[in-house]
Amino acid sequence: MGIEEKLPSGVLLTSVEKIAGWARARSVWPATFGLACCAIELFQTGGPKHDLARFGMERASATPRQADLMIVAGRVSQKMAPVLRQIYDQMSDPKWVISMGVCASSGGMFNNYAIVQGVDHIVPVDIYLPGCPPRPEMLMDSILKLHDKIMNMKLGIDRDRQITELEEARLGIQPLHIASPEGSQL
Amino acid sequence: MTSSTPHAAAGASDAEAAEGRVYTVSGEDWDEIVAAANEAGDFESGERIVVNMGPQHPSTHGVLRLVLTLEGETVVEVRPAIGYLHTGIEKNMEYRTWTQGVTFCTRADYLMPIFNETAYCLAVERLLGIEDRIPERARIIRVLMLELNRITSHLGGIAPMGLELGATTIYTQGARLRERGLDLLELITGLRMNHAFIRPGGVAQDLPLGGLEALRAFLDTTPKLVHDLRTLIDANPVFIGRNSGIAYLDLPSCMALGVTGPMLRATGLPWDLRKSQPYCGYETYDFDVPVAHTCDAYGRYLVRMGEVDQSLRIIRQCVDRLASRGPADSVMIRDAKIGWPAQLSLGPDGLGPSSEHIAHIMGQSMEALIHHFKLITEGFRVPAGQAYAAIESPRGELGAHVVSDGGTRPYRVHLRDPSFTHLQSVAAMCEGGFVADLIPAIASIDPVMGGVDR
Amino acid sequence: MSGPEETPKAGPEDTGGSGTPQRPKPPAADVAAAEADGDLPARLGRARLDAPVVRRGMFGVQGTPDTSGYGLLSVYEARPIESTRPYGSYFDEVADALGSALEATGIGFSDAIERVVADRGELTFYVPRERLPEVAAKLRDDPALRFELCSGVSGVHYPEDTGRELHAVYHMLSITHNRRVRLEVSAPAADPHVPSLVGVYPTCNWHERETWDFFGIIFDGHPALTRIEMPDDWKGHPQRKDYPLGGIPVEYRGAKIPPPEDRRHYS
Repeated sequence: MGIEEKLPSGVLLTSVEKIAGWARARSVWPATFGLACCAIELFQTGGPKHDLARFGMERASATPRQADLMIVAGRVSQKMAPVLRQIYDQMSDPKWVISMGVCASSGGMFNNYAIVQGVDHIVPVDIYLPGCPPRPEMLMDSILKLHDKIMNMKLGIDRDRQITELEEARLGIQPLHIASPEGSQL
Repeated sequence: MTSSTPHAAAGASDAEAAEGRVYTVSGEDWDEIVAAANEAGDFESGERIVVNMGPQHPSTHGVLRLVLTLEGETVVEVRPAIGYLHTGIEKNMEYRTWTQGVTFCTRADYLMPIFNETAYCLAVERLLGIEDRIPERARIIRVLMLELNRITSHLGGIAPMGLELGATTIYTQGARLRERGLDLLELITGLRMNHAFIRPGGVAQDLPLGGLEALRAFLDTTPKLVHDLRTLIDANPVFIGRNSGIAYLDLPSCMALGVTGPMLRATGLPWDLRKSQPYCGYETYDFDVPVAHTCDAYGRYLVRMGEVDQSLRIIRQCVDRLASRGPADSVMIRDAKIGWPAQLSLGPDGLGPSSEHIAHIMGQSMEALIHHFKLITEGFRVPAGQAYAAIESPRGELGAHVVSDGGTRPYRVHLRDPSFTHLQSVAAMCEGGFVADLIPAIASIDPVMGGVDR
Repeated sequence: MSGPEETPKAGPEDTGGSGTPQRPKPPAADVAAAEADGDLPARLGRARLDAPVVRRGMFGVQGTPDTSGYGLLSVYEARPIESTRPYGSYFDEVADALGSALEATGIGFSDAIERVVADRGELTFYVPRERLPEVAAKLRDDPALRFELCSGVSGVHYPEDTGRELHAVYHMLSITHNRRVRLEVSAPAADPHVPSLVGVYPTCNWHERETWDFFGIIFDGHPALTRIEMPDDWKGHPQRKDYPLGGIPVEYRGAKIPPPEDRRHYS
């Protein structure tokens, strides 16, 4: 990759990280994966009232090759899942995913045979945005949180360390439900 | 540059050097070249390419997949493939009560959620036999919400159409106009979309304080903005060039393909279910049915913008009627076994049952408490039978076929969605045309894939 | 199955005494007359109570400490209604016109139409499946009928209706006469074939594909009967009653909520 991958950890790498993070966050191009109702709110967010262009994001690249951010807006059906994965694979690094709306985050109200229960079964998600559908302001808030994440993303050897730390933190999360006797449903 | 293929070789002057037939291309003569090649039989093996306009595409109005067989720029075959947004809404509704079904069917066609709800609720009310007992105020509010949703739906179809044709200003101005409609929808129902506002028996709640003033402000400012948008689009030579004569579908084809709505009215037939089979009191409102005679994409656009104007007219009449009626009317049927017990009010902790309602069910009336409990947990029972209620949605005839077995849950709900039926006509409209005409053709159908796939 | 099954429902409040429950005489099968009475829900309720009971027991999820549904549940079979003449409104005209159109080609009315139901302002013809294309062609072509627009096919699965489990319902609209009619066709699950109407109403193309996809009804004569909504290699027909909803339990902190098909239900 680039020179930043070869730099040893230190002041130089940190400065490069800062500049690269600042630049990346300022012009994220979404590959809008507008599927359902959330796509309409996404389309309204691109409108003049809530303006996505102020983040440099109005150039939604239809081609995933030039896109940085995949906003999965809407319910992902079983038929659409391989297409989603293919588009994600066609995006080049660095890439981020916002799962917009409850259907993309967890299957939403559609707990059935046709909908994938959370797009994180298919692609790694950076920001989960609940809502049915989330308001444009909520979408912009999630984009700003993503910008924070992008700006603080480390490069090269620091990134490897960061990934290892995050993995260990996730492995340490306790299970959500308390152990209950067999067959009882609260 | 010589070429060894029978295709047109740009600037080939050395006929002996090239193998096969040489065509000289000088510009604006593509038709002659193709005709000559066809005559010469150069395309007998079929220089056809199969192109996939995949489900992820900026211009296909959602997750629609088109498999095209192209001969040059001409579309020889187009096969739409759908199902990429299939959610199992109809099956899900069989596992919920009749009122909860509203929250599911509202997400089918997500640009016109109020219409989905209304079709379903009209069918349920027909099964219950309470069609003539819906309070008048509820019917007026239903018409108001339907027409408001019609405006936002048409704008939500025209704005992306502009974007797909490359006219981004149409998109931004349409989105701006649509925001004002969404603000009103949010003021009245609480949500910008997927409202679950129309319930069997009436509507969920009455207009809030300041609702009528907000509606009047909307009615005062919106006509001029719509007029401005039309000034931008209607006589635009590029827009006309791209849409006029494109996607031709005449009346016999519409009948054969089951096409209704603006596509049918663009053929000249003034068929509108609001006029011919009125519901919710539409026969008492004064409005026209805009019609075009060109059967093409441009005609459909004109019909839609005409409907926006007519919707504003109907909303004005609704506002006048609501203002003259006074707020003491109920908006839900006064039948304790059916009417949803939602007397909501805004308190310090948000929206919830009003204190009067809580006092009533907890302190004053045991029956009210029981009804409240039974309605929320079990829901009402609908007598067995089936009903089909069709309404005039922004896309065409939206029907809800509802089957009941006498229980608290729908036995079967089928939404007859207009976009599903209209997408079948893509092949009839576009085969033989250019690839670039496919985009305005689909935009003129204005399909919403949520309704297509349900 | 838990819960008392032997004791029949004997609510004292609606019998007015012990012993055999006294129920009012069932209303006439002609629902249109009952509607004129203005007492439709009550009459239909009484008709429902007179139907045979198909399922008894405690309602709710079995094998759990859920104590709701402690009372007795009886689920009554929904009886098919049949209407007798006069049907009311424009229904008689339509039935007469259809009868004469069929007779003109030598098909008897009762051969082609099994049952007529005029219920809640809607007319339904129950047609045996072999006769479907002919009846549809008459509806479309006869000048007195002229049902030009077919709104599509809707499938319904009635698993208790043995021998006639899969129903296909067609809604027709006449723009000329401003009327609606419904055709209903049934096929057994063992032999789910119904003739296709694509030759008469081309709009049924995708609707029949969808009905095949969701219910497994095979439309004979359809040009390309393939799956349309589900992925092409999907197994099973999702909207049949024996196909599960397919949800997964939802985890919260401290609880696990079962999917909708496993939750308690009251019918």
